[in-house]
Amino acid sequence: MSTTATILRAATDDNSNQALTGSLFILIVLITVGITFWASRNNQTAADYYAGGRSFTGAQNGFAVAGDYMSAASFLGISGAIALSGYDGFLYSIGFLVAWLVALLLVAELLRNSGRFTMADQLAFRMRQRPVRTAAATSTVVVSIFYLLAQMVGAGALVALLLGVDSETAKNLTIAGVGVLMIFYVVVGGMKGTTWVQIVKAVLLMVGTVLITVLVLAKFNFNVSDMLGTAAEESGAGKAFLEPGLKYGVSTEAKIDFISLGLALVLGTAGLPHILIRFYTVPTARQARKSVLWAIGLIGSFYLMTLVLGFGAAALVKGDKKQDIVDSGGNLASPLLAEAVGGGSGSTGGAVLLALISAVAFATILAVVAGLTLTSASSVAHDLYANVWKKGKVTEKQEVKVARIAAFVIGGVAIALSIPAQKLNIAFLVALAFAVAASANLPALLFNLFWRRFNTRGAVWSIYGGLISCVGLVIFSPVVSGSETAMITGSDFSWFPLANPGIISIPLGFFFGWLGTVTARDADAEERYVELDVRSMTGAGSEK
Amino acid sequence: MAEKISAEAHAAYQRIHATDEFAELKRTYLRFVVPLTIGFMAWYLLYVLASNYASGFMGHVLFGNINVALVFGLLQFVTTFGIAIWYAKFAAVRMDPIADKLRDEYEEEIER
Repeated sequence: MSTTATILRAATDDNSNQALTGSLFILIVLITVGITFWASRNNQTAADYYAGGRSFTGAQNGFAVAGDYMSAASFLGISGAIALSGYDGFLYSIGFLVAWLVALLLVAELLRNSGRFTMADQLAFRMRQRPVRTAAATSTVVVSIFYLLAQMVGAGALVALLLGVDSETAKNLTIAGVGVLMIFYVVVGGMKGTTWVQIVKAVLLMVGTVLITVLVLAKFNFNVSDMLGTAAEESGAGKAFLEPGLKYGVSTEAKIDFISLGLALVLGTAGLPHILIRFYTVPTARQARKSVLWAIGLIGSFYLMTLVLGFGAAALVKGDKKQDIVDSGGNLASPLLAEAVGGGSGSTGGAVLLALISAVAFATILAVVAGLTLTSASSVAHDLYANVWKKGKVTEKQEVKVARIAAFVIGGVAIALSIPAQKLNIAFLVALAFAVAASANLPALLFNLFWRRFNTRGAVWSIYGGLISCVGLVIFSPVVSGSETAMITGSDFSWFPLANPGIISIPLGFFFGWLGTVTARDADAEERYVELDVRSMTGAGSEK
Repeated sequence: MAEKISAEAHAAYQRIHATDEFAELKRTYLRFVVPLTIGFMAWYLLYVLASNYASGFMGHVLFGNINVALVFGLLQFVTTFGIAIWYAKFAAVRMDPIADKLRDEYEEEIER
């Protein structure tokens, strides 16, 4: 009901806004489609399709990594969480950023040196190909689908809100439209097209965010303390708005849940398949290192600015518009803040900035879903089709053709799943993707790089063990049944008290990896560790 | 079966792995990243725990409307940027030259 009221009000105020927002959306679609066609001219070999010919510079890839990582959940979600619950929204950004140190110090360069196209390559280097590729492809697809659902459900809700349409049909059409576009980017543009879409998006996002941040700070004569004071006052929560604890509660379970979330955020990033395969698009490990440095710089500055956006929205967006932020679960905080600092509702400046920020959010979603679809398609084609099913006896041309078909199928599945998934909480889906990545992927990756004794059984057990315990615990958590906001109402089988499984499932992933390893002997895997070690540390023999 | 490589490549990898230079490269790398990883994880967990259990401390106002929680959070950004830059410099000076030399040797051995 309240959402409908919001929309009706938005629709009467902002007719011209919608025309402007709509045209900017179309402009973004045209630009990205143009880029995709341009990038597709040289898409011949498997290395072109999967890894953009490994021809990107560290700086370019750094922008693309940032573009791949800063999803609508962070752009709209974090600033929204800060606008609504103050300081607690900031906790997400810190986990999301610190996580990059794991990627920088332990994963990026070694992975670039030892893999080819997918996460599984690095394991298959010294393990029995078929079981480890099947396991790694399974967890790649599961993580990517959870993440994809979060983005597409977000897209449906967002576009409906921004364009002021609230019918189920419009949301479904938006989801289908986003799905068709992402299939197009991936099928036609491959990694090259996807990367350029992500670079353009990262630039747009940074420019838009800097602009709004400066405008907000200017309202307070660049005095951050004043801004925080006004935000605390306007929020009605007073001093507590600037302290932790407003959102996550004070019960023991809530506190453990929060630690669990913190662990998944910091350990998940370096296990996200769509981030990992970005390191294959640069020619050397040194460029991979540079990519992460750029990404840390961009992502860190972006999260610092979301602090200003969130507290700025709490301080400057008032009255009806403030209620709109609450009704949208925080997602409209940044767009409505843009309108407020542009001169407010009804002013030309406000309309232009609102349309601009909405379009940036749209570009953000498109770039992230394209990256996720490409990752799943690559893993299905390269791991499952070429190496598990055809045992490597397949030409590059066939493999790339299968990757394109897989992109179609995965895109279709994502559209079909997103439409009934619209009631799921977006932040929950993102957190779940991070938890699976941290539980299933990271233990296997780290063991493989740093433990000679690690073997096929260890890899397979750690991936399935982490994956199953993570998803299993969620099924028996209050998210699925037995709470007011649960997916299933009517029955209660929630014996696991936490919404975030990471604190149990991440150690389990490591434990199963250890257990599988010590209960099997695999002389070949141990012998091949010597090669993996030299290759990952020096780049000797790595893919060019 | 794992991925196949040629007998020459196999021999070159074995030889390089046994060199003192490779051992030094690996030791230099691990001695840098292991303590640092433990350090930044502990620092991050300290922040998470303080947010949970030390609300009095976190809410302590330093000046104006700036409290400990905000400064602690911003310090996480500072340390992340700092560690990233420190690692990049360290790797460029201490690791890259050895890695480059060993890779060149490998390439020569394979081409011969």
